[in-house]
Formats: sequence, structure tokens, C-alpha cells
Amino acid sequence: MWDFSGKVLFLDRADINTDEIIAAKYLTEITRAALQPHLFEDIKLDGFQGQDDIAGKSVIITRANFGCGSSREHAPWALEVNGIHLVVAESFARIFRQNMFNCGMLAVELPAATIDHLFQSYAHQQTTVTTNLENRVFTIAAGDQKEDIKFSLTDFARALVETGGWVEYADSHY
Amino acid sequence: MAGKTVAEKIFDSHRIDNPADDVHVLKLDAVFCHEITTPMAITDLIARGKDRVFDPQKIKAVIDHVTPAKDSKTATQGKILREWARRHRIRDFFDIGRNGICHVLFPEQGFVRPGHTIIMGDSHTCTHGAFGAFAAGVGTTDLEVGILKGICAFHYPKTIKIDITGNLPAGVFAKDVILSIIGRLGVNGATNTVIEFSGPVVAGMSMDARMTLCNMAVEAGATCGICYPDQTTVAYLWPFIQNEYPDRSAALEAFKAFWPDADAAYAKAIKHDVSGLEPLVTDGFKPDNVKAVKEMGTTAIDQIYIGSCTNGRIEDLRIAAQVLKGQKISDNVRGIVSPATPKIFRQALDEGIIGIFMDAGFCVTNPTCGACLGMSTGVLAEGEVCAATTNRNFSGRMGKGGMVHLMSPATAAASAIAGRIANSPIYNG
Repeated sequence: MWDFSGKVLFLDRADINTDEIIAAKYLTEITRAALQPHLFEDIKLDGFQGQDDIAGKSVIITRANFGCGSSREHAPWALEVNGIHLVVAESFARIFRQNMFNCGMLAVELPAATIDHLFQSYAHQQTTVTTNLENRVFTIAAGDQKEDIKFSLTDFARALVETGGWVEYADSHY
Repeated sequence: MAGKTVAEKIFDSHRIDNPADDVHVLKLDAVFCHEITTPMAITDLIARGKDRVFDPQKIKAVIDHVTPAKDSKTATQGKILREWARRHRIRDFFDIGRNGICHVLFPEQGFVRPGHTIIMGDSHTCTHGAFGAFAAGVGTTDLEVGILKGICAFHYPKTIKIDITGNLPAGVFAKDVILSIIGRLGVNGATNTVIEFSGPVVAGMSMDARMTLCNMAVEAGATCGICYPDQTTVAYLWPFIQNEYPDRSAALEAFKAFWPDADAAYAKAIKHDVSGLEPLVTDGFKPDNVKAVKEMGTTAIDQIYIGSCTNGRIEDLRIAAQVLKGQKISDNVRGIVSPATPKIFRQALDEGIIGIFMDAGFCVTNPTCGACLGMSTGVLAEGEVCAATTNRNFSGRMGKGGMVHLMSPATAAASAIAGRIANSPIYNG
């Protein structure tokens, strides 16, 4: 299980789709590692600096409907091979969210007002998140600012994250 | 107790577990596979020592996204799928010569039935709801478990019922209807829900048109779009089910089990009157940004693409050919048409449709997903504009820096002739 903690990449736009996360031309790759340099290559986001912004980040905080569009699991894999295992968003597209948990990654949904607050308070500075899965809470911190944000997670989702995903869970339960 | 929606009935007849409040593990009637998302599932199963399939007869596989292979990487993807299908004796595997776009080919082969549960590693799997099935796009891990165990986990679906009423004007098609619905709901308006498309307009639609409608349900975020199985469904499926039922009315009676109860509870019920609907086209990079074709009439285009799982069926080609007959496409545009399956290609040949396209100046490609997702047979260059009968206008979708305008086959054909976005003469609004 990953620790779902580390530096935060803020993506200040709703409806970021899976074509933007990983372009279709890379769907011909048959290893996850090959996706690593191409994460967010085609994203429409003012000021985004590509790999310079992605490097060293472990958490994404973004807006509504993250991961809409194509079902390609290459999208969460492209995050995974860049060391990003936690995405915090106002909402997710259904398939993308399920893909994340199926891979043992963590997708956290928070109300729009909370997401707004996180962007306003933290997006302009270097920010870290430390997750406590047991208590379903993460601590967000930057400079001398620090606060705890609670989130909900079903026992089933937690079991997926802890067993490393759906394949092992399903094969041992059914 | 309230009655059930179509999806609720299918869930309740397929559930094998309920491991969390809102997680329902369903038994699958079919698992569809293509060469883009399946090879990674296969290699992962091998790596885990679980190279098995739950039932080779319930797995259907096709090479459709890039075919014939365009390079070594796509050739390898095809090879992995092909060898896996042989190894596990998957008889319904469609390779070069028999292959077509999955969401057109599999219904054409009679693999989709009312009340079925189907998954595929492809977001447009929602297409198959046109037959009254619950069909959902999934990621590779879900596909992997589907292949291994014949099961998939879903949230219990809320349903939005859209009653499509009025009279569809001449020259306005299922594609315009679904674009108008996506424009109304928004790209996130149906996330985690199933859409039931009901009402007289849907009842009057062919299976081809219903598949166009359901195909783009995911563009509003929906898990599946569902139409109620009726006489049209029975007529389409009859060659495949005639040994299962004494006659067509018996089949229809059986399919009525997958109609919603009169007192079913819906998350939302919408009336959508199409009497005044005009031909529509998308603008920008989101499919919910729709405008009337006449508002976009100054938009010059570089390429026309008629094909895809949305609008590559015979009915679509017939409509486009009606507009193109005796005409030439503009010198400023490149026209590409891709019949969605070999059967459709053959029909289009026999009906003289291929000749009409070629006389108009179109390039005819083999059946493939190709250009729709910018993988082959019509990728755009930076700054180019494509009028397309496909389903996604995302930034970069048909090639980095390209712009895609989604529209019906009639509008695409008219736009090819005009060299800019234009209404077809079939529409006289």
C-alpha cells in the first residue's frame, strides 16, 4: 500500500479528461513505465509547465469531473508511474474513479467549498499532504499554515486500497 | 415499494454480492475485448499467474482500433490479443478481413440481448444499451477481473428518464437529438447514472439510430444509455434468436421483462421535445458546447470524417450518400469515410454508396476506429479543423492542436461539399 502523502500539484480546471491525462497515441504502449514522460502532455491549462510541474509531486488537487472521457486505465497508470497515488477533487468521472481504486490508488471527493478553500489557501505555494487512512483524514500544510481535512471512504474501498486492488480482492473473494 | 427501472431489474437479476452499501457485484453475460485495452489485462493476468478465462463463449474479441497494424507497437498489441484468443479457444475473435468497430460489429453479430450485462474496456460500451442491456465501459483492471471471473462491481444506478417527444424534422437525426441532450445535461450531468431514452421518437427510431443515441450517453457522464426492447429490437435480433422463441411476439413478451415498472423511481424525469430541433454541431473542446449549424456557417474545415461507433452504420452512409450523390467535395477539404464493419462496407458497395463517395472525392478506408481517436487513417495536423460524425471533440482527440466539430452524417456530407460547416439540403428549416 502506498502512503498517499507528499507534495501537491494543483490543477485549477474542471472536466480534465483522460485524453489530456494521457494522449491516445500512447495507448499503443504495453508497459506502464513507457507512459511516464507523457502525463498531461496535451492538457489545456494556462501556465502549466509540464514535467517541471509534475516532478516530485505525489498528490493532485483539482476541480469537478476529473478523468472524464475515455475509459483508458492508462490515465491512472500515467499518474501512478509518476508517483501520484492520491487525487483530491470535487468529483470524478465514474470509470476513472473506479480505475483508481481498482489499482489500489486513492480518489477523494470533497465539497466544492472545501476545494475552493484549498485552492485559495494553498495553490500559490509549495504544499504537502499527509494522509492517515485509518482515520480518513489528511493534513495539508504549507509554510506555517496547516489543517486537517476529513474525507469519507467505504470499508470496501479501503479494502481495495489495502489489498492493492480489485484483481486480488476479486480472485480471493469470488 | 416502488417499482424498478430497467437497470434495477438487470442488477437484481445478476447480483452475486453486495460487499459495501453501494457496491453491487454482478454476473456478466458477455465480456467484449479489443486490442487497445485488453493486452495490458492479459499481460497482467500472466504476471499474476492467473492466465485463465471464465468462459470462452462469453468473451468476444476484435482488433479494431488500429487495423491493419500501423507500426510495431500496434502489431504487438494485435499479436498479444490474437495469441490469447487462440490459447483460450475464444471462437468469436475477429481479425483482419472480418473485423470492424466493436460497438457496431458485436450487435451486428447478435451478441447483445435485452437484459444482458456487458462490460468492455471502452467508454462507448454504453452503445449496447440500445437493446435494453446494461452495458458499461470499464478500465483494464475491471476488464481483467471480467475475463478471469465473469463479474464486475458497480454502484447501484440512479436513472434519469428522458422522454423524447414531438416530431423529428426532416434532416434532423439521432445524432442531433443526442447532441441536444448532452447540451442540456452538460458533460457531467448524468455521471453515475443510467439514462433511459423513452417516448415516441425513440420508439420510431431504427436500431442504428438508437445505437447512435446510446453511444454518446457517456458524453454526459452516463454509465449506460438504455432503450426499451420492442418490435424493432426483435426484428433486428430475429435471425439470432429464432430458435429460442416460437415467434416474434413471444420474443417481445419475454423482452418486456426489461421494461421499467410504471411506478419506477427516477432520479430525474425530463421531457425533451424535438419538434423544433435544428441540426447541431459542437464548438470548442467539450461535447456539451453545441450550436445550431447555421450559427457556425463561416467555419472553414480541412477534413471531413464519416465513420466511428457513433455514425459509421449503413443508415449513416445512406444519408451521407443522399447528400453527396452527383456532387463533388470542396477542393479545400479531404474527405474520409470509414464503413464500420465489413458487412456494412459490402452493403455500401452493393447499394452504390461507395461509388457515390468515391465520385465525390472521398477516400474510403477499411473498417477501423482509426481517426476518431487520432490513432491512424486521418490524424489532424496542428491548427487543422475536422467536421466529424464521431463522438468526442476533446483537445488533441484527432491529433495534437486539431479542432473537431461533431455533427450528423448529413451535416458532414453537406460541409464536405461547401468546404465549411453547412446544413444539408435534406433539412429545410
